[in-house]
Amino acid sequence: MKFPDIQKRAQEEWKQLWEGDTPLILVGLATCGIAAGGNATMKAIEATLEKHGIKANVIPVGCVGMCYLEPIVDIIKPGRPRVSYCKVTAEAVPQLIEDYLVNDNPRRDMALGTYGDQTIEGIPKFWELPMLKPQVRIATKNCGHINPENIDHSIAKGGYSGLAKALGISQEDVIGEMEKSGLRGRGGAGFPTFRKWREALKSKRNPKFVVCNADEGDPGAFMDRSVLEGDPHALLEGMAIAGYSIGTKYGYIYCRAEYPLAVKRLNIAIQQAKEKNLLGDNILGSDFSFDIEIMQGAGAFVCGEGSALMYSIEGKRGMPRVRPPRSVESGLWGLPTSLNNVETFANVPDIIVKGGDWFAGYGTEESKGTKTFALTGKINRPGLIEVPMGITLREIVYDIGGGIIDDRPFKAVQTGGPSGGCLPANLLDTPVDYANLSKVGSIMGSGGMVVMDTDTCMVDVARYFLAFCVEESCGKCVPCREGLPIMLRMMEEITQGKGKPEYIDMLEKLGKDIIAGALCGLGTSAPNPVLSSIRYFREEWEAHINEKRCPAMACKDLIHYEILSSRCIACHRCLWACPTKAITGRTLESPVIDEIRCSRCGTCLTVCPARISPIVAFPGRQAAVSSEPDAVRQEVAING
Amino acid sequence: MDDQVDAILQKYQRNKRFLVSILQDIQREYYYLPKDILKQVSQALDVPLSQIFGVATFFKAFSLEPRGRHLINVCVGTACHVRGATRVLDAIERETGIRPGETDSDLRFSLEAVNCLGCCALGPVIVVDGEYHGKLSPASAVEVLNGYE
Repeated sequence: MKFPDIQKRAQEEWKQLWEGDTPLILVGLATCGIAAGGNATMKAIEATLEKHGIKANVIPVGCVGMCYLEPIVDIIKPGRPRVSYCKVTAEAVPQLIEDYLVNDNPRRDMALGTYGDQTIEGIPKFWELPMLKPQVRIATKNCGHINPENIDHSIAKGGYSGLAKALGISQEDVIGEMEKSGLRGRGGAGFPTFRKWREALKSKRNPKFVVCNADEGDPGAFMDRSVLEGDPHALLEGMAIAGYSIGTKYGYIYCRAEYPLAVKRLNIAIQQAKEKNLLGDNILGSDFSFDIEIMQGAGAFVCGEGSALMYSIEGKRGMPRVRPPRSVESGLWGLPTSLNNVETFANVPDIIVKGGDWFAGYGTEESKGTKTFALTGKINRPGLIEVPMGITLREIVYDIGGGIIDDRPFKAVQTGGPSGGCLPANLLDTPVDYANLSKVGSIMGSGGMVVMDTDTCMVDVARYFLAFCVEESCGKCVPCREGLPIMLRMMEEITQGKGKPEYIDMLEKLGKDIIAGALCGLGTSAPNPVLSSIRYFREEWEAHINEKRCPAMACKDLIHYEILSSRCIACHRCLWACPTKAITGRTLESPVIDEIRCSRCGTCLTVCPARISPIVAFPGRQAAVSSEPDAVRQEVAING
Repeated sequence: MDDQVDAILQKYQRNKRFLVSILQDIQREYYYLPKDILKQVSQALDVPLSQIFGVATFFKAFSLEPRGRHLINVCVGTACHVRGATRVLDAIERETGIRPGETDSDLRFSLEAVNCLGCCALGPVIVVDGEYHGKLSPASAVEVLNGYE
């Protein structure tokens, strides 16, 4: 069958599904939706429909990006616009279905927004919501809107038309379009995609390989997962176009083992694409053949590094090698390999269909297009976002993210994961693009963006990232294997109150030496979080070292809890709840906390009746403040 | 040779390129990598046992020790970390008496700390036998564990 016929049939089915006489219900079932109880919601919907004898199409979709409102359910009732409902737990389902589908009450209280031109009074338009208005969706355009396990949905929404178009033009023209688009690698390094493809095309050695890096290992990042689970065909199509342009039939996806659902959906997608002759031999009747194989990682962060990833595909230990040669010259089995990230590939189909100039219309002079970010941490609206390059951090944190939880003061935003840095409040107006982020000591990275408030200790966060890199270091080169643990030991001493004043300078020097001497991307970027934290939050480091005090009250060894006897009602709930039996006291008397047995787990705080709050955390060790009367101590606790 | 091992090797045409995938399938079957089975794999693929050991110890997902009936994965990714994953992990360690990477003596639980499960908005998150539990406190995490025998 010719592609226009495939597309026409898919579109007819799509229209029937969306505009037919049967209600359509979409349930957000990406990992985030499932973790929020999406599967139970799905079952409850099916049971309720059966109970009322309503016939409806219920389909799973990916994540629309508003993770904090999951489970999200969309209902399309014939004659009405599509309405998105949030926090639809299994318990809420029967009433919602009865109210809307049986009694025609659109439940404005649970509705998030409507799609399309038609509206319902009292419900805002979905794309006008503050979280969504500044966003531009290209790589994630289908996430949350199609069934990722049904290829016809993807095709009806334009999927594979980029591949069909590419097959009709020359390889060089495809690459030329990529050049015009200005697309740079979305995995972090930002290398221009067209250059990799052109070099691979020009290489005389065969066979060549297209490899997709889906080993999204940065803690706090889930952009690729959203694409893999929500619109796997965008990735397959992008890879097929890459395969055509460099002239190969071999494609590999290296996906991390922590994403079982992504692997399952990719397998289904590959199978379906083969059935439609959109992958496999002689795609759409052309001379071009392309096949994709999935390789699963086994829990090694360093395998996100290009050369390590390829060794892992070859069935070896995933340890990076010295570069050059770059992988485009000598990659898988020493042959030319073009390695790109999931998001990079997901941008390709639209660039081919709409043209490189269209894509380059978004973003800034040297950072074109959009970028997805996983916005998390102490923020009101965490989730997955896609924004044009050049947007400021302030717009992301406050307009899209809705500011800090409980209106607490903003302290820092961490970009680029363990390879990036923490940026303080006075840099909130920095535009988000490759050059500006690196100028202020961070990186774009793959797109993790963790927002921190004054409760987060910057020393502890830097220690966390460094401990992560120590754990994940492959051990091949000395600066990374030996240098990072030395940095970590110093930082552990600092968070335990044993730090010495000279440690700060020593950390800075050692960090710079490791950056200069390490072999691969992991080692050369591992000291970044420490260096940026010292650069912007030096006074916090000094408080830990000189005053033995953690201003954010996060470092367990530098805080202690006390019970203020003037407020305590001697209910003894804390005494019974304490897991380490550190709290003791006689009946009708205010109990006391034994600082040595106390593990600082905070359980006592959670069981204590909130309105009297006699249990308070103090920065610093007990001796410093306990001799003061309650009123003074209370003051210290509040102001640090 | 064990029938299951043979089937797994057959699935990958006894090609040593698929060593990592083969080990994953074996681990899924036995919950760990038994020594005598690794010897069989070494012979079947014609790969030195030392090399298989190298791969098996390099990747975190593999275990050379028997695992418990239930696998607890505690997410300690950045977002979970700033939302209190350390306290959740502490509580779980206290409850089970084991630390990440260990298995308790009656093979009930194995505990692993993983770096990011990708559902950051729901942190702190733990996964027990593939089931996700989000927005946990130290106390509710312990309650979750009580549901597994």
